[in-house]
Amino acid sequence: MNETEQNPVMAAMQARSSEALRAPRISIRGVDFFYGTNKALKSIDLDLPDRQVTGMIGPSGCGKSTLLRVLNRMYDLYPGQRAVGQVMMDGANILDPGMDLNQLRSRVGMVFQKPTPFPMTIYENIAFGVKLHERLAKAAMDERVEWSLTRAALWGEVKDRLNSSAMGLSGGQQQRLCIARTIAVRPEVILLDEPTSALDPISTLKIEELIDELKQDFTIAIVTHNMQQAARCADQVAFFYLGELVEVGTATQMFTAPRERRTQEYITGRFG
Amino acid sequence: MSDVAVLPFRPASRRAAAFGDRLFAFLAMSAGVLVLVLLGAIIVSLFIGGWPSFRAFGLPFLVNTDWDPVQNVFGAGVPVFGTLVTAVLALLIAVPLAFGIAFYLTEIAPGWFRRPVGTAIELLAAVPSIIYGMWGFFVIVPIMGDYVEPFLTDQLGDLPVIGGLFQGAPFGTGLLTAALILAVMIIPFIAATMRDVFNTVPAVFKESAYGVGCTTWEVMRSIVVPYTRASVVGGIMLGLGRALGETMAVTFVIGNTNRITTSLFGPGNTIASIVALEFPESQAGSLKLSSLLALGFILFVISFIVLAISRLLLRPRSA
Repeated sequence: MNETEQNPVMAAMQARSSEALRAPRISIRGVDFFYGTNKALKSIDLDLPDRQVTGMIGPSGCGKSTLLRVLNRMYDLYPGQRAVGQVMMDGANILDPGMDLNQLRSRVGMVFQKPTPFPMTIYENIAFGVKLHERLAKAAMDERVEWSLTRAALWGEVKDRLNSSAMGLSGGQQQRLCIARTIAVRPEVILLDEPTSALDPISTLKIEELIDELKQDFTIAIVTHNMQQAARCADQVAFFYLGELVEVGTATQMFTAPRERRTQEYITGRFG
Repeated sequence: MSDVAVLPFRPASRRAAAFGDRLFAFLAMSAGVLVLVLLGAIIVSLFIGGWPSFRAFGLPFLVNTDWDPVQNVFGAGVPVFGTLVTAVLALLIAVPLAFGIAFYLTEIAPGWFRRPVGTAIELLAAVPSIIYGMWGFFVIVPIMGDYVEPFLTDQLGDLPVIGGLFQGAPFGTGLLTAALILAVMIIPFIAATMRDVFNTVPAVFKESAYGVGCTTWEVMRSIVVPYTRASVVGGIMLGLGRALGETMAVTFVIGNTNRITTSLFGPGNTIASIVALEFPESQAGSLKLSSLLALGFILFVISFIVLAISRLLLRPRSA
């Protein structure tokens, strides 16, 4: 047990003050997910606390990204993928077939593993999503673009070249642009699918600081392969293994006193 | 491990193999060079064959609308006009349809339905053009003459500016019908190219767009089409290249008259069509034959330019 306390994960933990978990913004109840006939998630129950960060960890193929894609119904794009169960947000079941997907996705934004700026200018990248849902006058749109770029800690770096192509930004800048694009729509929940796995350490650090900032306004779920990252960012940590949610708890509890043997083995690096 | 025999070192056979390698390389290179030589030979012989006509009529040959074997005066104006008008009209009809097909196949169609429709599109491209010609003449021409053209005259004939395009006797044959047949013939090429380039858009781009709340149409318009714009235009040019050179199907339905009409229902001619029809009636060494070869040269140059542009636009994009 002592080795847990010397773990670098622990060192990362110390920086973050842990707190009690808030009331759930999204409640996942009994969710199963299928790729064709292959069951990828087994009866998941999980709450995402309001305006806090939930870190999802586990080895590759354990279903954590799949769960993320359930929360904004992204899997709906692909035939043969389906989810059953309940994902409650604001009293409505996200999995309801009558759900308005475009509206859902404006409320549950997503940032992907690789930065995906659209082939347009920096300004247009941000305005693009906003225009889908709101009619803003030019001045209001300018304001929104500045607001979201500022929140994404990118404004200072790009304010003089808003009209140049987003493809010219560095990888880390592109990823922050994608985060800005997501928050510009003013979602309630942000899903981050390994947002730093394609970035260098400095960019990673910036994104992590950003996540800490953003949780004042947004409920955040982040999938990560990096234990330190989960420890640094998350208030709540959920450990997935082979499609099951093995254990969930506050970050402090998960990293100091995991209840399950598999959790302990994974976070101490014995498998994964 | 034990059953892997170590080959003995055999210098003689290695030399023979090296010679075989060089021989093979030489043969392969010859085959490659042959293509260039053929292309050059065709264009040179067409130019030489057409030279007497170019010399006799000069540059005005391109726009002169006379085609008078009795007076021995020839001009490329009418067939060039007919070729361009039918090809462009065919594109106007084919591009929206092909876009719809490609959009459906890549974004909307259920998985099990994509393959049969995709295969059908490719088979459509394999139908010999003479079949389209006969089908056009026996099926489409009567339909055009009895229903479509009178309907268009009723609906559009009185409009200012464009009204004139839809007036005239509804014979069924003519520029519009030829363009329609051409459109059917080039749809498979354009649709298949569009489908392939739409599929090259990384899924994560589309997901990002869906992720901010786009509808399928908005993803298509704002992400897929801009991302693939050059390749889509390249595919369209590929179709245009086919439409320009198509002979038999057009000959059946265009009316084959050496006249420029202001109505789309009027008969006309295309370069390929006039060459096919008049060639057997031309004497060796005559100015008429030379003019037909000159027409061939012009068609070759137009097609070459169009296809070169399409190649350029269809280049795989460098990251």
